[in-house]
Amino acid sequence: MSALSSSSKTSRSGLFGEGFDLGRLLLEGRAFFALIAIIVIFSILSPFYFSVSNFLTMSSHVAIFGFLAIGMLLVILNGGIDLSVGSTLGLCGVVAGWLMQGVTIEAAGVILYPPVWAVVLLTLVLGAIVGAVNGVLIAYFKVPAFVATLGVMYVARGVALLMTNGLTFNNLAGKPELGNTGFDWLGFNRIANVPIGVIILAVLAISVGLMLSRSSFGRWLYASGGNARAAELSGVPVKRVQIAVYMMSGVCAAIAGLVLSSQLTSAGPTAGTTYELTAIAAVVIGGAALTGGRGTIRGTMLGAFVIGFLSDGLVIIGVSAYWQTVFTGAVIVLAVLLNSIQYKAKPKKS
Amino acid sequence: MNDIPQATPDTQEVVLAARNVAKSYGSVHALKGVNFDIHRGQVTTLFGENGAGKSTLMKVLSGVIQPTTGKILLDGQPVSFTSSSHAQSLGISIIHQELSLAPNMTVRDNIFLGREIRTPTGIDYAEEERLTRLLMEELEEDIDPLTPVEELRLGQQQIVEIARALSVKSRILIMDEPTSALSATEVEVLFKVIRDLTSRGVSIVYISHHLEEALTITDHAVVLRDGNMTAYAPRSEIDLEWIVRNMVGENFDLGSPPSGYEFGAPALSIQDLTVMDEAGAGFAVVDNLSLDIKAGEIVCIYGLMGAGRTELMETVAGRMGQAAGEVRLHGHEVSHLTIAQRIESGLCLVPEDRQRDGLVQTMSVGQNLSLASIRKFTRGIFTSRKDENQLIEDSIRDVTVKTDGGDAAIGSLSGGNQQKVVIGKMLATHPTVIMLDEPSRGIDIGAKAEVFRLLAERARDGLAVLYSTSEVSECLSIAHRIIVMHKGHISAEFGPDATKEQIMAASGESVAA
Repeated sequence: MSALSSSSKTSRSGLFGEGFDLGRLLLEGRAFFALIAIIVIFSILSPFYFSVSNFLTMSSHVAIFGFLAIGMLLVILNGGIDLSVGSTLGLCGVVAGWLMQGVTIEAAGVILYPPVWAVVLLTLVLGAIVGAVNGVLIAYFKVPAFVATLGVMYVARGVALLMTNGLTFNNLAGKPELGNTGFDWLGFNRIANVPIGVIILAVLAISVGLMLSRSSFGRWLYASGGNARAAELSGVPVKRVQIAVYMMSGVCAAIAGLVLSSQLTSAGPTAGTTYELTAIAAVVIGGAALTGGRGTIRGTMLGAFVIGFLSDGLVIIGVSAYWQTVFTGAVIVLAVLLNSIQYKAKPKKS
Repeated sequence: MNDIPQATPDTQEVVLAARNVAKSYGSVHALKGVNFDIHRGQVTTLFGENGAGKSTLMKVLSGVIQPTTGKILLDGQPVSFTSSSHAQSLGISIIHQELSLAPNMTVRDNIFLGREIRTPTGIDYAEEERLTRLLMEELEEDIDPLTPVEELRLGQQQIVEIARALSVKSRILIMDEPTSALSATEVEVLFKVIRDLTSRGVSIVYISHHLEEALTITDHAVVLRDGNMTAYAPRSEIDLEWIVRNMVGENFDLGSPPSGYEFGAPALSIQDLTVMDEAGAGFAVVDNLSLDIKAGEIVCIYGLMGAGRTELMETVAGRMGQAAGEVRLHGHEVSHLTIAQRIESGLCLVPEDRQRDGLVQTMSVGQNLSLASIRKFTRGIFTSRKDENQLIEDSIRDVTVKTDGGDAAIGSLSGGNQQKVVIGKMLATHPTVIMLDEPSRGIDIGAKAEVFRLLAERARDGLAVLYSTSEVSECLSIAHRIIVMHKGHISAEFGPDATKEQIMAASGESVAA
């Protein structure tokens, strides 16, 4: 037997995945073509759709789902699911709002107004803690991911409701004399006319893309999602990877919560309800396999934009909200259908 | 009697025949115009290396796939199977190489899956259970029909698979590697069942990598190589050497222990190791076992299924916890280390089941090869593509993986090459001690010889090798020392000059006269 080791096909230059040639782009880039189709169709149907300012507005809507979808992608690559992200988003928004209102410490008789950077940091830490709870339940206590995150979903939502008594924090602007202004920066400011939320999404997507394709953690994640037993025997710290992805998902949800409450200038306890399902849909439309081990950040971002641009487009041309639900559902089913065709078409030799 | 297929088969003698059957997948020609006869009421064995087209031919004959060209004659009449259930309705059934059981369901439910015995009020569980018991008695296996399949050993699962095929009562039964996980006693029982079936007029097609075993049961031998039939003969005219010569086209042996160098210091020393069973039934699967392996030494562990070989290796590798004892690597205790730390310090395991424990199917050949040595090509926080590709190319060359390159899908490789990828992955970590659990399971004789040659070469460079096998002929190949395990103990130890009978006797197997 001869040893064949051709290394001719090493034209890997994709930042967001493995390889970037046109043939594979056509097969795997169906989310991309769907996005093009959506833009073309709505541009024809509405004169207001095709403009830079509309794209930027729609992108800042997409950003919220985009954050959740990035976290969800990591979890799904690991072969899990995270149903708690919508609630974590709500809880983190509420906690940020609560911190902005000032924390009364009765014993000392003072009200603390933490600066905005501290609010952001504490909120992100909270997201990580919620994720860690998910991760530990799943990795060490062997609770199925679906059940563990379902439980945490209810608990987080309940805590958010308890903290506000069901009401909404409206005053997030802060006061100059207290030195805690600037929370609205996240949701309202723009750099070079691009909303901050979109910039954060781009930065996060690129960093996570690099992590997946270029870091050893990324490789561990793909391996443990593809076959956890084989990965473990190859020295991959499977449990630590598992906990880490749920923590990252929690942090992504916290970012989404911060940006959303800044955009709305209010923090309500029911924010983000059912957003976890939209995030899962974005990941699936982006070609990731729910069984784990397959998926890219590029696909997930495209998936998020497909959903966002589709639903905003339907709003712009004045289609009823009920039809929007029908269209979104149809897109998801179609995407899953194409996924199963793609993975079935993989050559399999006996 | 002539074994060479005739243009019009003798319908008295031949029950099912393939004529000029070819099957192509795109540009890959799996079968190139094959003629094959299944003799009525006899055992026809199909020999061939991995990728020779055996499984493809069997899938054609059982209706799983349709041939590109050629025809199939059943009792002399041309037939065209539309599906495997169509073939089954004509009396042809197949035991696939890969187990196809539902692990969460009981033995009874698996055997009658899709063919449940119905009564007006539902399924007749009592009748199914009674029939299952009868099948288990016939196969002399002590398996309760209500046990979930996932609680059974691999060998017992294979018995269930066989029982399911037997329960169909077909006239032609195709067995693709039915014994790969069976112990010698279980194989004996299976052979008794096969003889019983043939005496009742059932025709058997048998496929096995275990050549000696197949020779004891077969009436006719057919050899397939690269999609072509290369030889046909009745049993009386052939021997082992004839088969191997026709399979690989040249003489082959599995090598001899590498010599001409001194062993080094003890690399791995196991002291009084005790491991309890994973299910928590409270018995020791490895019982007070002590073993030393020196650098450069090749040690073979022979034993039946359930002798504790896998548990011993998985414990030393860090997958299973130990109840008592010490494991030392170059004098340092490793019992408290994680799997990753043990790999780092030079101790690694090539697991028994490469699909379940060895390969990540969603990753490429290259990513599988580099998986255990990611730290070696990580610079700062990012991995280096250049260093990784170098490592992958070196590995592919080192272990001679036959592939289109590192980007190929792992599923595109043959079994033997997949096994080489698992071994290559572990060798890329530069171990000083390597354990291989049944490295030759389900791979062809050419690939086996290459795996052993590779291990012998590495041993010469000072690698300590521990491998397990359940084929006696493999003990007597490259091993300097043969350990026989029986119920968690070492029951005997031999040098390379031991005989097969001695080894088998020590394993608790009954040696056929």
